[in-house]
Amino acid sequence: MIRVVLPGHLCQLARVEGELALEVPAPATQRALLDALEAAYPVLRGTIRDHATKRRRAFLRFYACERDLSLEESDAPLPAEVASGAEPFLVVGGLAGG
Amino acid sequence: MPAVRVLVGTKKGAFVLESDAGRKKWEVSGPHFPGWEVYHLKGSPADPGRIWASQSSGWFGQVMQRSDDGGRTWEAVGNEFAYEGTPGTHMWYDGTPHPWEFKRVWHLEPSPTDRDTVYAGVEDAALFRSTDGGKSWQELAGLRGHGSGPQWQPGAGGMCLHTILIDPRDPKRMFIAISAAGAFRTDDGGATWKPINRGLRSQYIPDPEAEVGHCVHRIAMHPSRPDTLFMQKHWDVMRSDDGGDLWREVSGNLPTDFGFPIEVHAHEPETIYVVPITSDEHHFPPDGKLRVYRSRTGGEEWEALTQGLPQKDCYVNVLRDAMAVDGLDECGVYFGTTGGQVYGSADSGDTWAPIVRDLPAVLSVEVQTLR
Repeated sequence: MIRVVLPGHLCQLARVEGELALEVPAPATQRALLDALEAAYPVLRGTIRDHATKRRRAFLRFYACERDLSLEESDAPLPAEVASGAEPFLVVGGLAGG
Repeated sequence: MPAVRVLVGTKKGAFVLESDAGRKKWEVSGPHFPGWEVYHLKGSPADPGRIWASQSSGWFGQVMQRSDDGGRTWEAVGNEFAYEGTPGTHMWYDGTPHPWEFKRVWHLEPSPTDRDTVYAGVEDAALFRSTDGGKSWQELAGLRGHGSGPQWQPGAGGMCLHTILIDPRDPKRMFIAISAAGAFRTDDGGATWKPINRGLRSQYIPDPEAEVGHCVHRIAMHPSRPDTLFMQKHWDVMRSDDGGDLWREVSGNLPTDFGFPIEVHAHEPETIYVVPITSDEHHFPPDGKLRVYRSRTGGEEWEALTQGLPQKDCYVNVLRDAMAVDGLDECGVYFGTTGGQVYGSADSGDTWAPIVRDLPAVLSVEVQTLR
């Protein structure tokens, strides 16, 4: 199972609290993870990545294992610690404003 | 059962205010969708339990919500707004072509007769419709495609389609308005559109009497006289008596004719309301006095309504979708401010009182008359 942490706004929308655990088919990639997330929580479609292009929304970032994975190819393998469930995959709202 | 339900969209969530016909004691529920911008909520005339809400965020995009129990519970519905065909370009602030990009839903207009049909006015300006209760949305692409689309340019708040009026005699006849393109009308259910901006004069565009390019802030109509339209333009209050074919100015003795909302009394089609704002540079009321102005003559002659409104040190704004009327025997008038107050009048505007004082900045106010 892959662990996912959503920002508060999306937890509210998906009506979940705390971490999620998702079954993601191998190979575990960003695309496979987000496909699984949207299949389990259809209300999140369009809120993390664009409906049509599947590109990450501009002000969201993906972090895991103390690394910024936002610019990784969506078909690149996720870190082994994420794939194994040892570390969570974080969806983070980028800071803005002042 | 309440007699009146006021739907308030704010920068940080939605609120539902309910009262009996006395409109003195109010029950407040919310925030619904806390932390999200709610540009607009509107109830279905065909089923008052059904309410539509536009929930959005710069981070997470657009979410559409529907309630079937008067705003107590909500269900997210479809949120995919895809422009028809190749979107093409409109004009950017600097005059260069810019691709059409969906940003958010500004205004929702439910069908007067079908609970599952609702129109959505969006930024970048386009009109969408759902006929399946919000599951899916289709663009009425004839509007962007009628020819002048590449010349449309955003106003300071974005290139938004913010007004949708449906002619009660003929639902195929609709009026929409876009900042800063102007007003448009369809007579065939949205297949074809024509600009209806003749008579408008805007000094801030290269050709002050251009066919498109006017910053229309709001249009209002009384259902008994669908050929008469009232407009608050960037500057100027206007009226048309021929479905928008020709406009004339009716600003008359207003202290300033800049403003955002305009509304029509529920039972008196020549009684209209505006909230004058100092200028496009100073988005607050003149002299720090929050005054609604009422004309009982369809414009030109205006009176200030001040009783119960702050007349000192008040520097809020009232946005274009933040005023509405109820249909009770003594017409109620409501508006919300960027300071988070929602004011109500149960006597056609003669006297006012705050219903709530400390909400987030109010983006929209709509009213459902329930009995």
